Amino acid sequence: MTITEKILAHHSHQEKVTPGEFIEASVDLVLANDVTGPLAIQEFEKIGATKVFNPAKIVLVPDHFTPCKDIRSAELVKKLRDFSRRYQVRFFEIGQVGIEHALLPELGLVQPGQLVIGADSHTCTYGALGAFATGVGSTDVAAAMITGRIWLRVPATFKFTYHGQRQRWVGGKDLILYTISRIGVDGARYQTMEFTGPVIDSLPIDDRFTMANMAIEAGAKNGIIAPDEITLTYLKSVITAFKMEPADLRSDLDSIYCQQIEIDVNQIEPQIAVPPLPSNSRSVRELTGTRIDQVVIGSCTNGRLSDLEKAAAVFLHGKVHPEVRTIIIPATQNVYYQAVKKGLIDTFLTAGCVISPPTCGPCLGGHMGVLAKGEVAVATTNRNFVGRMGHPESLVYLANPEVAAASAIKGRIAHPEEVVNP
Amino acid sequence: MMVKGKVWKLGNHVNTDDIIAARYLNTTDSQELATHCLETLRPELVQKMEPGDILVAGENFGCGSSREHAPIAIKAAGFSLVIAVSFARIFLRNAINIGLPVVETSEAKRIREGDLLEVDFEAGMIKNLTQNSQYFWSGYPPFLQELIKCGGLMKWVRKKYIKSE
Repeated sequence: MTITEKILAHHSHQEKVTPGEFIEASVDLVLANDVTGPLAIQEFEKIGATKVFNPAKIVLVPDHFTPCKDIRSAELVKKLRDFSRRYQVRFFEIGQVGIEHALLPELGLVQPGQLVIGADSHTCTYGALGAFATGVGSTDVAAAMITGRIWLRVPATFKFTYHGQRQRWVGGKDLILYTISRIGVDGARYQTMEFTGPVIDSLPIDDRFTMANMAIEAGAKNGIIAPDEITLTYLKSVITAFKMEPADLRSDLDSIYCQQIEIDVNQIEPQIAVPPLPSNSRSVRELTGTRIDQVVIGSCTNGRLSDLEKAAAVFLHGKVHPEVRTIIIPATQNVYYQAVKKGLIDTFLTAGCVISPPTCGPCLGGHMGVLAKGEVAVATTNRNFVGRMGHPESLVYLANPEVAAASAIKGRIAHPEEVVNP
Repeated sequence: MMVKGKVWKLGNHVNTDDIIAARYLNTTDSQELATHCLETLRPELVQKMEPGDILVAGENFGCGSSREHAPIAIKAAGFSLVIAVSFARIFLRNAINIGLPVVETSEAKRIREGDLLEVDFEAGMIKNLTQNSQYFWSGYPPFLQELIKCGGLMKWVRKKYIKSE
């Protein structure tokens, strides 16, 4: 069995599961946010449920429109807060809250081998730690809050093997954008994307989060990386004790894959995904003339400490272009605090960036940097759909933090080496 | 179950931002969501459609965000059914969970805007009255049939877990 099949078999108390099979699996963690949570609570109450299966396994993270952008979003967050008090489930108040997919791993709430569902499509992020994690809807969350279970169709696994050496400026974001460009936005629909190979073996944990995070942009059910020393080192930094279950979290040598591709990483340059699809990825060099109005560095994809470190290293070489606004969004309170202590915030402020509190905000056109008609942004986020960051006639280009920072300085899409080694 | 309605045809990779933009996600009111259904892609559609009309799309319908507001908006707008060549997985489960009928068939490619369709779920048949043709689809696996028969996930949960307590 593959690692995903092993986790699903374990959680459905079976010896073995087969792709295509429907199972009811137990969940280790159920997540909802301020957009999806209120609908889940509505469904929970509608059928007269009066208790949750296990308060310790439910988390409500108000991250999308917070700090609340308007009265209605304040009402939505209040609904989460009231529910959390009544049922003793975990809720993160402003001051503790961060972007869910950066926050939960940081708090040690996700561990290898677990089964995590979240009413947010980027729940697949936790596959970076060797968990089976998948995005579901609000009704799924309502049902799981009551039963502790979820219905799933076992996905077939698509194996990606990365060989070679990463070039300078190429990180997890570039690897995943390149991969999606190879297979398309539905290239792994209903499937597991299993990331393997020597490049993954040495890939830092934050870059792994970025890769697993965007598995959904290829239509995948989950992305997953077998836990190794890098995973364990990270886990030890966030939790004191944990038990890996099932214990054998590697795909067997005789695993059956529906598809496999080998990717030569030597050839991959820093990528940029042209609107309106994340699969429209090209080498940054092909687009370096494109004028921009805004840069956003943050999100569940690239708002972690190492992302900010990479961006700050570029901003040491130049200030934000006078015609560009640059918004830095540390993904969590802890990332923000570390960024202050390491002097990154100093660098950003000196360069002319503005710092936002942790929020999904502009990534989904919510608040904190919405685009006007005709405006163009380079963002380290995950989607460049029509109108994603604001007006339907605005544009979003997706890139890594260094490309975003270099573009902010140049006022146009730029390769980091234009700024760092001019 | 039978439905009959006129077709509104969409392309490939219609995402949930297209179906309901995030700026409207500060409400859970289905009727309000319905007024903005597919606004970015086809601003006139909600005004012009009749209750019972059918959405027909290409590949990967409903990709992107997990927002259940998308199938809710489609259902509340009055669409009786969505037919697509393929669905993105979260949208598919959301639609089934909330009781919005969906049919996955490659025959969706042959259906045109304005066609009048008659769909028989039991027989797994789509009659295209305009093109004078018919298409069959294989139907849902037994587990999903059970969910659909119950009227969605919460009714299934109530039957299976709550009533038995």
